[in-house]
Order: sequence, then C-alpha cells, then structure tokens
Amino acid sequence: MSSTYQLNHLRELESESIFVLREVAAQFENPVLLFSGGKDSILMVHLAVKAFYPAKIPFTLLHVDTGHNFQEALDYRDALVERLGAKLVVGSVQEAIDSGMVREETGFNATRNFLQTAVLLDSLEKGKYDAALGGGRRDEEKARAKERFFSHRDEFGQWDPKNQRPELWNLFNGRKQYGEHFRIFPISNWTELDVWQYLAVEKVELPSLYFAHEREVIHRDGMLLATEGGLIPVRDDEQVNTMMVRCRTIGDITTTGVWESNAATLDDIIAEVSMARQTERGGRADDKRSETAMEDRKKQGYF
Amino acid sequence: MKTDHTELLRFTTAGSVDDGKSTLIGRLLYDSKSIFEDQYEAISQTSSKRGEEGVNLALLTDGLKAEREQGITIDVAYRYFATPKRKFIIADTPGHIQYTRNMVTGASTANVALILVDARHGVVEQTRRHSFIASLLQIPHLIVCINKMDLVDFKEDAYQKIKEDFQSFSHRLDVKDIDFIPMSALLGDNVVDKSKNMDWYGGSTLLYSLENVHIGSDNNFIDCRLPVQTVIRPYNDEFHDYRGYAGRIAGGVWKKGDKVTVLPSGFSTTVAKIDTFDGELQEAYPPMSVTLLLEDDIDISRGDMIVRENNQPEMTQDIEVMLCWFNERPLQPRGKYTIMHTTKEARCMIKEVRYRLDINSLHRDEDDKEIKMNDIGRVLLRTTTPLFVDSYRKNRITGSIILVDEQTNETVAAGMVI
Repeated sequence: MSSTYQLNHLRELESESIFVLREVAAQFENPVLLFSGGKDSILMVHLAVKAFYPAKIPFTLLHVDTGHNFQEALDYRDALVERLGAKLVVGSVQEAIDSGMVREETGFNATRNFLQTAVLLDSLEKGKYDAALGGGRRDEEKARAKERFFSHRDEFGQWDPKNQRPELWNLFNGRKQYGEHFRIFPISNWTELDVWQYLAVEKVELPSLYFAHEREVIHRDGMLLATEGGLIPVRDDEQVNTMMVRCRTIGDITTTGVWESNAATLDDIIAEVSMARQTERGGRADDKRSETAMEDRKKQGYF
Repeated sequence: MKTDHTELLRFTTAGSVDDGKSTLIGRLLYDSKSIFEDQYEAISQTSSKRGEEGVNLALLTDGLKAEREQGITIDVAYRYFATPKRKFIIADTPGHIQYTRNMVTGASTANVALILVDARHGVVEQTRRHSFIASLLQIPHLIVCINKMDLVDFKEDAYQKIKEDFQSFSHRLDVKDIDFIPMSALLGDNVVDKSKNMDWYGGSTLLYSLENVHIGSDNNFIDCRLPVQTVIRPYNDEFHDYRGYAGRIAGGVWKKGDKVTVLPSGFSTTVAKIDTFDGELQEAYPPMSVTLLLEDDIDISRGDMIVRENNQPEMTQDIEVMLCWFNERPLQPRGKYTIMHTTKEARCMIKEVRYRLDINSLHRDEDDKEIKMNDIGRVLLRTTTPLFVDSYRKNRITGSIILVDEQTNETVAAGMVI
C-alpha cells in the first residue's frame, strides 16, 4: 500500500500550496496577489492557475512598483497579465514620492526598498483588500522562519511575532476585525531549490534575467550591482565591468545583487543552486543593513 | 539532482532549554551540508562577538530579537534541509512548560518526533510531557535522542538505564514505533556520522533513521473523505456546465466510477472524473489537492463532505475531544466559541469538562477542572450544526478541530476527537 501512494516532495508542496490558495479564495472577500515579477511570485501565479483550473484565478495582481525595474521584468509581467486575463493594479512608489507621502533616500546606497512598505499598505487600503498573498518562504531569512501561512495584521498593517495564532493541521483561521487584513504565504514550506526544481518540472517560462547574460556591473560590499539606467551612482574608485551574470532574486535594481554565472538553462540553475554556498538573500543589500533588518521591516508591514 | 523519488518528511523536536536541541539541529544542518557560507559567517562572527570558543552551531536556529534578548525560543520555527533521499521540514519547538501550545502546533503535522534527553540527567518530567504530547497528537514515530553522551564518557550503562526508564512509562503511550539513539550533538557522534566512541551501539545514526523510517502508511488510505473547499465554476463557453468540487483528500483512495455520498444531504452519486490542471487522474489519495466532478447535479457547497456510500464518518452535534488550551483567558464552562473542522465552521458550546489531565503524571483531575493556558482536558462540545467526524486516531484531518474566540478571533484551543 505504501510506495504507490506516496507523493514526491514537489507534488506534496504543490498540493499544500493549492490547498492554501483555495482557502484564501473561500475565506476572504477581496484577496490580492502581490506580484513582483520575481520567480516566487511567478510560482504563486502558476499555482493559483492550477488551483482554480479551468476557472480564472480569483485574485487581482498587485505590483508595488519602485520605478527602478529591470525592463525584462515589466515586459514579463504585462505579457502574463494579458495571458491570464487578470486584473493588474500598480502601486507606484514614484507617485508616492511626488505626492509627498514618502521621502526618497539619498546617497550612494540609496534605495526605494523601504518606501515600498508605505505604498503597499496604502494600496491595500485603497483597494479594500482583506488578504494579500505573498511569495515569502520560511527558508529565506530567520524572521520568516516563524511566519504563519495565515499571518494576521492589525489595522496599521503591523506584525506581532510574539502573539501569532497557532496553526495546526489543515485548519487556517482567517477571522478578523474590520480594517484588519491577512498576509498569506502559500509557499512557506518551499526552499529555493524546491522552487527551481518545480519550475523546471512544470516548464514555466521565466524572465531572461534569471539566465546568464552579459551586463555592466560594479563590485560593492561583496556584491555585484547592475549599473543599468544609472540608478546606482558609481563612485570614482569603482570600476564598471561587463560580466556574465544572472539574478537569483529579482527586485528593485538598487538592491538586487547579480551573480557571476554561466547557467543558461533551468537545469544549469538547479545544478548551481544545489552547489551554492551563499543564500539567495546574500545578494540583497536590504538585508545587510543590520542583523534584524528583515524582522524590523516585517513588524512595520513589509512583506 | 534527481528529484522524482524524494519524499517529504516532517519532524518536530522537543527538549528542555539545556538539552542541546539547537546544537542538534545546527549539527544536522551543518553535517548534511545544508548551511550556506553567509549563514556560517554570520554565526561565527556572533560567536566570537560573544566571546565563545569555536563556532556555536546553536546560533543557526537563533530567531527573533526578543528571543535572543531573553535567550529562549518563543515560537515554532520551521527549518529545511534535504538529502538525495528526502526533504525534511523541522518544526523546532520550545520546550518549557508555558509553551506546550507550540509543541502541540509543531506536532500536529509531524511524521516523527525527536525527544531529547540529557544523558547526565536521564528521563525527567519534561521528557514524559513531550512524549505524552507526541502520543496525544498521534505522531507515528518517536526517536529518543540520548544526547551529551560525551559527558558520561560514552558509557553504555547510561544509555541502557535511560532506555529502560523511558520504556517503564512509554507502554502507557499510544505510539507505534520508538527508537533510541545515543549521540553527542556537540561533537557530531551518531547525528550524521557514525560515532567512533560507542562501538557497543549497533543501531543507526539519526540522519539514517530519518531517511529510512517508513512513512508510507502515515496517511489514511482506507476511509474516503473529501471536505469540499470551494466549488469551481468557470462561467465560460468552453466549460459551460463545469461544476467541480475542489478539496484536499483527507482519506482513502479514489477512482472514477466510485459510488459516493454527499454529507449532510445524504444524496448518492458516482465520481465522473477526478480533474486537475494536468489532466484527469486515474486515482487520487491523500494529501492530493484535486477537483471532483460528479455524475448527478447535486447542491454541494463549502463545508460539505464527499465520502463512500458504505463508509461514512459520524454525523453528530455532540463531540467529545481532548482539548489543548492556548489562550491566556481560561476556558469558559458553558462558553460559546466558533469551531472549525475541516472546511466547515459552526458555533459550539462547552457542555462539560470531564477532567483536566496532569500531563506529567497522566493523572486525571476530576475536582479541579479549570482549563487554563497550556492545560489539556477532556471536554464535551455541543455544536449548532452536525459535523462529520472521525476519531483522531483514525484520521488526523477529519478528527481535529480548533476553537476560535468570537470576540477576539484568536485561536484559543485545539482538539482531538475521541
């Protein structure tokens, strides 16, 4: 009775995520799926398509746009939205800066990453969304290791890590007061390697940024940063080189480090990730600011 | 890397503050080469900042700022590692008494529980408590990790004594499979690599046990249960009459043509198709997420359950449970709560507290029956509408409930149907 009826780990993770996505559709009135163009949100959309097939996905897509994007990521996003027939809402950090809602950082390491939180909360409020689906994974970072699938946020969008609802079996408690919302993490239990393996098995199309390509980069603080579009000011003592690189995560250009790589296919990437000696967030400048950078941002409402 | 046959195993770790639990997890991650350079660099810096000798592997499981400040673990933390054979999810739960709720949470989905025992101190109150919770939550496999063997000179006597002490109470537990492994997490003996200091031990290392323990029959493949999560209606020309019942299979092996009954209506029909995005399935089994299409048009909605005609759960408004209380506000006798069971929600009243259980001695207290935070008791509930339940021993999904406070919406208790 045993081995015939045993799912492999990717199918079991898939089944768990589909269960969570269906719970969200059933328990919430107006859920939104946060879409960044990164591989984790691409995976989320793919799982959502599978969960509700042959119906359309019952989620609006929300992109919190810092205005500092890789062009390929935007093109990919627009093509995907078109193909799904989904609704896309863009929360613009640029507009928030122009209207004075937030102020831009200055200096060599300036980034709009932290401004995303305010724009995200504002977008959730404007759209009256009661659940926001995110592609956060527990293996990414230590503060995320304690995150729930259904993560309750108060009316200020804050996370209280010391007072989380216990989550047992398949029972997800999405009950809330008016004005509160939930962050939902259907791929909590996936690791970076699981994501790549699954995307390969499922033959999911990805932005070209994830594969090795030539790009102008500089070395800074042990990371390679892309100089495209002049968003990262180059210091006098820094040298711009053209190298073969690829992204392991895709976010705002100013915080997404790129990696030297020759991986041209998903199989190459899987081989590279299995051998990797650095976590993918090792290339994220936003996490390097302090030991508790992620925990502090999450408490304030960041993803 | 080959992935087709990699199984997923979930395990929970329980131990008291000084049993070396964090070191053990750190050791498993480190020796199985699941640690990245930047993580290792970060803990090695922290170790030297704190003036510690060598690299403290326990720091790998260090969590939130509040926890580091207090030097304790507050919440369940999930960790991941993989070998070519299996992918592992660790629910790392704090061991002190006030966090029984975390242990219960971590245990609810586990295939295996690791119980840590300090070889110098032997079986203590916490060992019994952790083992009892593992048994109550019906974790199928227990591995007793007798740690810090280096501090008792790797002597077999110490190991044997603890094993016997454990067995003297474990016959009262409801666990199918118990294993004992002597180890030193600090030095790495019998965690991933076989110890060179304990020739007298002929058993396997911890990682070998985790990779080989038989989990194929941990799910229920006998009693067909599908709680309906949502109804899929595409409303387009291509799938005009499509009406699919989506859910995750909670029990049994399903095939096209099976005679089924829908609860609570009691109407019977036949499975027309087991559908997924990847095409029709010949068979479906737990824990697959599928969509069922039925031959007849029956009114079915979320919270209904599809079962086999000749094998049905109990349909009842009176539910007897072992309840674990999670909230600072104690259980209110005659109090009303929201009850969540599979995909169904109802209201319920606490009709009677039969007894409170002392989880150290397993003594049933029928006089002091106040159920406070982290207490466990046997309770009778009356629900507003019938639920379709199995005993928890038979099915961990259809035999479990949670209670939600109607004012605060907090999850205040978890229950196992008796």
